[in-house]
Amino acid sequence: MKNDIIISGVGGQGIISIAATIGLAAVANSLYLKQSEVHGMSQRGGDVQSHFRLSDKPVASDLIPYGKADLIISVEPMESLRYLPWLSKDGWIVTNSTPMINIPDYPPIEDILSEIRKIKNSVIIDADSIAREIGSARAGNIVILGAASPFIAMSYSSLEDALRSLFGKKGEEILELNLKALKAGREHSIRA
Amino acid sequence: MKNLLLLGDEAIAQAALDAGLSGMYAYPGTPSTEIMEYIQSSKTASDRNVHREWSANEKTAMEAALGMSYCGKRAMVAMKHVGLNVAADPFINSAMTGVNGGLIVVSADDPSMHSSQNEQDSRFYGKFANVPCFEPSDQQEAYEMIFDAFELSEKYKLPVLFRITTRLAHSRASVTTCEQLPEKKLSLPSDPVQFVLLPSIARRKYKSLLESYEKLKYDIRITRYNIFRDGTKRDMGIIACGIAYNYLMENIRDSVKEFPVLKISAYPFPKDLVQDITGRCKSVLVLEEGAPMVEESLRGILDDGIKIYGRLDGTVPRDGELNPSLVARSLGMKTSYGRGIPSLVKNRPPSFCKGCGHSDVFNALIEALKSYSSGSVFSDIGCYTLGALPPYSSINSCVDMGASVTMAVGAADAGLFPSVCVIGDSTFTHSGMTGLLDAVVKRSSVTIIISDNSTTGMTGGQDSHATGRLVSICRGLGVDAGHIRELTPLRKNHEENVRILKKEFEFRGVSVIIAARECIQTATKRKRTESSNR
Repeated sequence: MKNDIIISGVGGQGIISIAATIGLAAVANSLYLKQSEVHGMSQRGGDVQSHFRLSDKPVASDLIPYGKADLIISVEPMESLRYLPWLSKDGWIVTNSTPMINIPDYPPIEDILSEIRKIKNSVIIDADSIAREIGSARAGNIVILGAASPFIAMSYSSLEDALRSLFGKKGEEILELNLKALKAGREHSIRA
Repeated sequence: MKNLLLLGDEAIAQAALDAGLSGMYAYPGTPSTEIMEYIQSSKTASDRNVHREWSANEKTAMEAALGMSYCGKRAMVAMKHVGLNVAADPFINSAMTGVNGGLIVVSADDPSMHSSQNEQDSRFYGKFANVPCFEPSDQQEAYEMIFDAFELSEKYKLPVLFRITTRLAHSRASVTTCEQLPEKKLSLPSDPVQFVLLPSIARRKYKSLLESYEKLKYDIRITRYNIFRDGTKRDMGIIACGIAYNYLMENIRDSVKEFPVLKISAYPFPKDLVQDITGRCKSVLVLEEGAPMVEESLRGILDDGIKIYGRLDGTVPRDGELNPSLVARSLGMKTSYGRGIPSLVKNRPPSFCKGCGHSDVFNALIEALKSYSSGSVFSDIGCYTLGALPPYSSINSCVDMGASVTMAVGAADAGLFPSVCVIGDSTFTHSGMTGLLDAVVKRSSVTIIISDNSTTGMTGGQDSHATGRLVSICRGLGVDAGHIRELTPLRKNHEENVRILKKEFEFRGVSVIIAARECIQTATKRKRTESSNR
């Protein structure tokens, strides 16, 4: 079993929390993993990504080779397209539809979404609205993780457990919101 | 023994703690920052009261670590690659004095310049100083090497260079830890003049340094990381250094028995190790992250030995970091590029956070400079360097820590008017203060703007030595109190700030403008911690 995942977004959108959740779940499942992330300059509103490699055998490279990613999880729609060179022929894209517009030449969102729809295996959900509906506008990243969960080679409950150990310290209320966000994302994704 | 999920940086920090570290010294710099941050948040470090405060710059960090080592205790100092330039003087000379307690110097290189001004390869510094250099290939190896590095350092009485690159520093993997060793007790060097580099002593010490460098090549703590494994092929063998070994394994995992491979993760290494490959194979491919250091030394100036493939003949690109696909190509293997990036995807460069004080500084500066010709703003290294990008496009230099002050001084010497500098608070206390003293002594006509966000912002908000001290530092250096102007960079103060800037440009002497407003990232973090503590 191997699961190569690219997690993408814009600095500050919480992609490291997505990676940390999958990472904790992987350790609990005794899987091998390597997860490369971006710190430093690009964090300031620039494009950021994390290469996440999960396997039942030791993982050599910290980076995913081109054309080998099984899944792109993106918290921002345009950013999901930036990593297409890594996506395998049968790979999936799970992305948020809400754009983060912090550049003057951001393309029309409809053009971006239709470009994403050209990929045969794509799921587009409005994570920001879903997060607001359940009462936590800041949990959009976890909604996306929930939407991607059917494509991650680990059980859903192990992701829930990972959220418990990640957010447990921050209090019952914050943990519950994140568990709800994960569930809502998953339900939207299965329906879509 | 525990299994921990750690960044490469964190594996190094955890290993140092487990190996009985007494003092950690550093100045923040991507990709090395998380080493100190991990130690600062470690319970073990706080229980043992391991020294773990930031230093003013890499030179002071290196020297303080040497002082800790002088007392017989284990010390580690960490910096980004260009930080080693700042610390080069004590680093090179610490090889001459030698150490007492084990001393590890971590230098984190940034090939492809994700967050840096150059991609210099720190391994050259190891050779330059005649000290051992480790280059781990993965997180677990990094963890284990730290123990060997401390032992090696104490056995040969030498500092040890520990070179990592961005991908290892910032990649997480599971690391199995060992039992913790106790810290060393305070004990001074047995030779009272060991650290006295008077020429007569230095000459003697240099001879013994050169002898040690030869002996090191055969020490088990080095040789165990340089492993040759034969394969069936005879047309080409492969030398893979540090993290390049992982990219190689990614590609030859299924045919690993075919390729003769020499994995190099510790320097210096002897000739016979390389001859294991060159004696067997018709050619050799050299894979190394950073500069073609091993490749160049194999080729020599004549390059008339066996056929060598690598960065110098274009088999691997001459610059930039490696990745598994580049290595596949260098092996002649097929790569599987996915789809191209659609043309509608636009670049998204880093930018100021919404509400950042630096942007108000630049807005005021742009307006104040309108009546002068352009090209007169020297800047420095930090978030405010983003002032070079649109819509501001308002700085003309970013060279090295502190250079904004001294370049403005030199430009004023040349007759440039006005000559303006924009520097951050932490960068100012890192390397700007001495330049300001130059300006004061020479009565240079410069305007120094310190954009003070009370933190080391770009690296994620570490404490700044400058916080609360800027006015007294500038006065102490001799800046006229009437020309130390404090302002708050807020939109509502824009007109007033423009007026102050214009006035100080016209002053023929040194003026310092301290534009102070807390970084909005650290302010948010601080408010969140305060409310959760309540």
